[in-house]
Amino acid sequence: MRLVYNTELPLMLRIERIADEAEDIKTLVFMHRLNSRPGQFIMLWLPRIDEKPFAVSYQDTDKFAITVKSVGEFSEAVHRLKPGDRVGIRGPYGKGFEFELYQHVLIVAGGYGAAPLSFLANQAMLQGKRVTFILGAKKASHLPYLNRLSQAHVKLITVTEDGSTGIRGLATEVLARILHNHDRTGSLSVYACGPEAMLKAVVDICRNLHVAAQLSLERYIKCGFGICGQCCVDELGIRICKEGPVVDLETAASITELGVYKRTPSGRRIAMGDKK
Amino acid sequence: MKLRNPTVLASGILGVTGSSLVNVARHGAGAVTTKSIGLNERAGHKNPILLAFDAGLINAVGLPCPGIEESLYELRYAVENSEAPVIASLFASTASEFGVVAERVSRAKPAMIEVNISCPNVASEFGRPFALEATSAARAVEAVQANTRLPIVAKLSPNANNICDIARAVEEAGADAVSAVNTLGPGMIIDIHSAKPILCNKTGGISGPALRPIALRCVYDIYKAVDLPIIGIGGIDSGEAAIAMIMAGARAVGIGSGIYYRGIDVFSSVCKEIQEFMDHGGYSRIDEMIGIAHEKEARNQK
Ligand SMILES: Cc1cc2nc3c(=O)[nH]c(=O)nc-3n(C[C@H](O)[C@H](O)[C@H](O)COP(=O)(O)OP(=O)(O)OC[C@H]3O[C@@H](n4cnc5c(N)ncnc54)[C@H](O)[C@@H]3O)c2cc1C
Ligand SMILES: Cc1cc2nc3c(=O)[nH]c(=O)nc-3n(C[C@H](O)[C@H](O)[C@H](O)COP(=O)(O)O)c2cc1C
Ligand code: FES
Repeated sequence: MRLVYNTELPLMLRIERIADEAEDIKTLVFMHRLNSRPGQFIMLWLPRIDEKPFAVSYQDTDKFAITVKSVGEFSEAVHRLKPGDRVGIRGPYGKGFEFELYQHVLIVAGGYGAAPLSFLANQAMLQGKRVTFILGAKKASHLPYLNRLSQAHVKLITVTEDGSTGIRGLATEVLARILHNHDRTGSLSVYACGPEAMLKAVVDICRNLHVAAQLSLERYIKCGFGICGQCCVDELGIRICKEGPVVDLETAASITELGVYKRTPSGRRIAMGDKK
Repeated sequence: MKLRNPTVLASGILGVTGSSLVNVARHGAGAVTTKSIGLNERAGHKNPILLAFDAGLINAVGLPCPGIEESLYELRYAVENSEAPVIASLFASTASEFGVVAERVSRAKPAMIEVNISCPNVASEFGRPFALEATSAARAVEAVQANTRLPIVAKLSPNANNICDIARAVEEAGADAVSAVNTLGPGMIIDIHSAKPILCNKTGGISGPALRPIALRCVYDIYKAVDLPIIGIGGIDSGEAAIAMIMAGARAVGIGSGIYYRGIDVFSSVCKEIQEFMDHGGYSRIDEMIGIAHEKEARNQK
């Protein structure tokens, strides 16, 4: 037995199930009551390899899931895991989405950015909200959660850059059209997660049209609980792991580095889009 | 150097970026210390680099550093924008490299330079920390001294066999103050299900409540040994802990792990709690409490 103090140590959990979500995207399900809010993230530890942040993509009373896109060394190692394998989980961390105040939840997701937003859509549906889910990616095979979302009672709009399914174009173009035609009955907020260029466009659109919005941001995470200072953003100096990853529209607009640069694990600033 | 209040942000906590330091100053710190600055770019260790166990924190961040140019950019931003004085912390692998970094960093005009001779997490790369031997500790401080006109604080290790010898050595080498202590150990945490150490570096330095009584004893001993002002660091998370440190001989207290336990407002909370104690105890100035835990003779005997 372990006495219960306030700690930040990984809890070892067996992977219950693994689902293929889309090309290079897998969902890992764990039997554990996590008690997170949509938008919060966990740190996934592979012993002796590394430990990295992933948003909670599903949760009910006795299980939760994360959805991992394979993009590099660590996420590829995650994709090689099998049901029954044990991994470490710390968290949940960070500030989640606030949706209780709004009647209409308008979601804009780019690629694996759909992970925290599908959990949000779920919770919002349970509370009887009207949910619109704009799901965008480069091509049809990159769209996650199609099954789950089309079975739920959300209004799902798929958008692909190559037109291989749904509307051809960008998710943000669809967002702008919806907001222009919106009849303004009932309170509405936009919820966005995805590539930073997309988030930047969401900020501009929502500020122009005076629509409330919350955005989930990414910066390199080390500790995840607000001590190491790795994830701080200019010029506010706030921590993405603590005051974020979800920030409101005004906060996002005051993050001067948004869409411009980010910091590597050494702390060096690199232009957004650069690899190293 | 004049502090706004006796609480100082310790090095390596929320000190990677200039704007983060400014944010901590905005939340009430009396002074802020940068993450230790080195010459070359280093990514630090892989994750996990920091964990909280039942009695404190354990870290092996591995001295990540964006390189001197980027570090100076962050430092300048902090110096220009912070409400509180900025202390630049330095690390290096040789005494002469300490001199080079000190010269570069001084141009950004921080209020003071802290010489980190006591990091326990990079021994495999840098060898034994300077702060474990009086002669090497003195050499590092001398090299910094020769390359700056700024006041110098030497950061000591609780792992030294006789921390008083080290304190005397850095005093003679020209340090204007000492900060004590850096993290203890190293220690280790093992996950019994995977049978693996959890920190990627396997071992890490201990801070927070577990370190507090050791830090207190170190400061108590140093106060007897040298006349330098002391910044007492280790497990400060409340007014009570800060006052004990001051009574042991500290002039100011450093706070790092306390942010985990009390949030980023820990600086203003600790100041408020110190003030409440002083109001009740009949103290009007912090100075009246410095070193009063010592028997009178002990202080005179040195
Ligand atoms: C709050 C938050 C939530 C996230 N949620 C998800 C999610 O639900 N699903 C998902 O697939 N991915 C998510 N990510 C991104 C995920 O952490 C990275 O894709 C993953 O760490 C890549 O590691 P790698 O070794 O495979 O790739 P690398 O080759 O190391 O890096 C690929 C990209 O991932 C970024 N990255 C690498 N390590 C980290 C780190 N420690 N912290 C932040 N970014 C990092 C790099 O900057 C780079 O842009 C999230 C990130 C954050 C900050
Ligand atoms: C995550 C972390 C990183 C640290 N990095 C540094 C560092 O770069 N330079 C340094 O001199 N001390 C560093 N330290 C040590 C602290 O400055 C401080 O001496 C120690 O943590 C004890 O104080 P505390 O108990 O208030 O945390 C670090 C401590 C922690 C927890
Ligand atoms: S990752 Fe350490 S402070 Fe955010």
